[in-house]
Amino acid sequence: MTKPITGAQMVVQALKDQGVDVVFGYPGGAVLPIYDEIFLQNEIRHILVRHEQAAVHAAEGYARSTGKVGVALVTSGPGATNAVTGLTDALMDSIPIVVLTGQVPTFMIGTDGFQEADTVGITRPCTKHNWLVKDTDRLSGVIHEAFHVARSGRPGPVLVDIPKDVQFAAGTYTPKARANLSRYQPRLKGDLATIEALADAIRHAKRPVIYSGGGVINSGKAASHLLRELVEETGFPITSTLMGLGAYPASGKNWLGMLGMHGLYEANLAMHGCDLMINIGARFDDRITGRLQDFSPNSMKAHIDIDPSSINKVIHVDLPIIGDVAHVLEDLLRIWRSQGRGTDKAALKKWWAQIDEWRAVDCLGFTGSDTVIKPQHAVQRLEELTRGHDRYICTEVGQHQMWAAQYLRFDEPNRWMTSGGLGTMGYGQPAAMGVQLAHPEALVINVAGEASWLMNMQEMGTMVQYHLPVKQFILNNERLGMVRQWQELLHGERYSQSWSEALPDFVKLAEAFGAKGIQCKDPADLDDAILEMVNHDGPVIFDCLVEKHENCFPMIPSGEAHNKMLLPNAETQGQITAPGAVLV
Amino acid sequence: MTALNIKKGSSRHSAYDLRNPNSDAIERHTLAVVVDNEAGVLARVIGLFSGRGYNIESLTVAEIDHTGHTSRITIVTTGTPHVIEQIKAQLGRIVPVHEVHDLTVEGPCVERELALFKVAGEGDKRVEALRMADVFRASVVDSTLANFTFEITGSPQKIDAFAELMRPLGLTEMARTGVAALGRG
Repeated sequence: MTKPITGAQMVVQALKDQGVDVVFGYPGGAVLPIYDEIFLQNEIRHILVRHEQAAVHAAEGYARSTGKVGVALVTSGPGATNAVTGLTDALMDSIPIVVLTGQVPTFMIGTDGFQEADTVGITRPCTKHNWLVKDTDRLSGVIHEAFHVARSGRPGPVLVDIPKDVQFAAGTYTPKARANLSRYQPRLKGDLATIEALADAIRHAKRPVIYSGGGVINSGKAASHLLRELVEETGFPITSTLMGLGAYPASGKNWLGMLGMHGLYEANLAMHGCDLMINIGARFDDRITGRLQDFSPNSMKAHIDIDPSSINKVIHVDLPIIGDVAHVLEDLLRIWRSQGRGTDKAALKKWWAQIDEWRAVDCLGFTGSDTVIKPQHAVQRLEELTRGHDRYICTEVGQHQMWAAQYLRFDEPNRWMTSGGLGTMGYGQPAAMGVQLAHPEALVINVAGEASWLMNMQEMGTMVQYHLPVKQFILNNERLGMVRQWQELLHGERYSQSWSEALPDFVKLAEAFGAKGIQCKDPADLDDAILEMVNHDGPVIFDCLVEKHENCFPMIPSGEAHNKMLLPNAETQGQITAPGAVLV
Repeated sequence: MTALNIKKGSSRHSAYDLRNPNSDAIERHTLAVVVDNEAGVLARVIGLFSGRGYNIESLTVAEIDHTGHTSRITIVTTGTPHVIEQIKAQLGRIVPVHEVHDLTVEGPCVERELALFKVAGEGDKRVEALRMADVFRASVVDSTLANFTFEITGSPQKIDAFAELMRPLGLTEMARTGVAALGRG
């Protein structure tokens, strides 16, 4: 019989057992016993953020760049409510994180105590699962189950709410190996008959396209390898969602670029015109499908997803395969290879000729300038000058995010951290902190807009405190660029509240935090300024003053089909119909 | 596209494939959901319905295994075939949910609901209420000089019919449990 330990000791012991090396958090009254235990040990590093939302995004950045579970620790009440945005973000993008919250003591729950909030009630719809632990004996078992639920199946955020008296009380510790995880065991293997049908479809397809998503990255490095084998051996074209960038290398010859609302012309037209669509770990999000009635009208659709609720949610598919991407791809490749690795080569050749015609449109072309920095140009130069570095990219949300997705090139998974599903402005900076902590020697860049960046700018303090040399690459157009673009398209160029008034001097701001600030406004100085940023050993705020009214193209206007894309320099008036206007 | 020889049973949604998945027809389904009886589990199920805009016509819940702490939730819901499939898949995703059964497609099932009716009346109306209760095999569980309280068990339709008959006879209050259901055989 092991000696009883306190709940607070159990928390730290369970985190160690789970292999946690870093926790992002912020102390407060209801978590003081846990902070005391953190003080008394050196194995787990605690990073003191400046706002609880940032703790959760940092845990997300850590998780996405490592494939491990990220951990955040916050106090009750406002600590927990501040974590809600991060939890929802992680739920939408399927990111495995564990958030531990303090709670008022059990005997005070329900009395509107100081810093009391119904944390499990508030976070129930924005977590994969959550627990309120009222008994110290159950605490360690619950924490182990929490890690298991977070990382298994379709990953996601979980929350464990721990009342203060439970942290003080003594109980029996359950080691990781003895925790009961039996009730959550998602199935990994896909149905073999359907996989055989898909192999058959691959053999006969004349205009196939592979559409991969974040599920490939969540499935692990093996899934990316198998995806690459599938693409190489079949010769099929591949496009990816925003979430899936890097699973197949951007330098690969079959790469069509990202698809969707701001995806590439060739990718969207291939989706529209294909006769076989193989969705691997993506979810037919509305940014991808556009107008549902006209989505890829003549294709047979296969869908590989570990989450049964993703199947037929918005698009009816012909070949649903429920399982883990790596497991399913392994079976698919084995079956297809054993059948002689057949494809319709003549038809594929014609299909590629058609795709090459679409590529020739050069949908990412833009009008350059000698006098003002074009945002696309800034991202292109960033790509050129950082290629070859051990590089990780985060973004905020908006035009800059789409330009980063279009012009940066990712050859490996886990290198690209962006808020896709929830679209959380203020995500990138804290996420980049988490990435840099996981990869201390890497070049971590947060491509940002000035408005998004200001939403969590307090985290500059954290970066300076922990010597995290993240580069904040701010495309400053003094506008909420994407809002402005939609107002131009949709609201008669009435730019309601979409400009950034009274912006700080970013160079002085950097210096006030003890970091380095660089401002660049002349295209001729851009390369030198970017190199100065990259070569500086420490955090940098790079204020890149760009063209103020640039629109992000190509674009599928809301409510339209894939083949109704607006190309660069398109006329922007009257492009969105009344039914499209109600969509976001 | 070439004729793909998709093998029978290759889809897990085999019963689903028998119906037109794109039909706009609203169907009524009875779902039985076996869950761990832990704090908040009912809130998770109800929150799923409200959060995703699904309908609940009736819902009953009680612990069915006191040693294993499992409860059975019976939900009557309506929606297009597509929505019903989504509801089942979404329910299956909840961690404390062990099983989701669609009793409506899994074969014949028995559905029963219990209701209590308070009927106030005098003279002929009082006699008529008692007579109708007898026809419906409702039993009197409480009586005063001013009113009767009837207990009736049956399908929701039978209870609806009884309520319609009691209304002109002095129905003052009614309580219904919602449906409990089991597959037959």
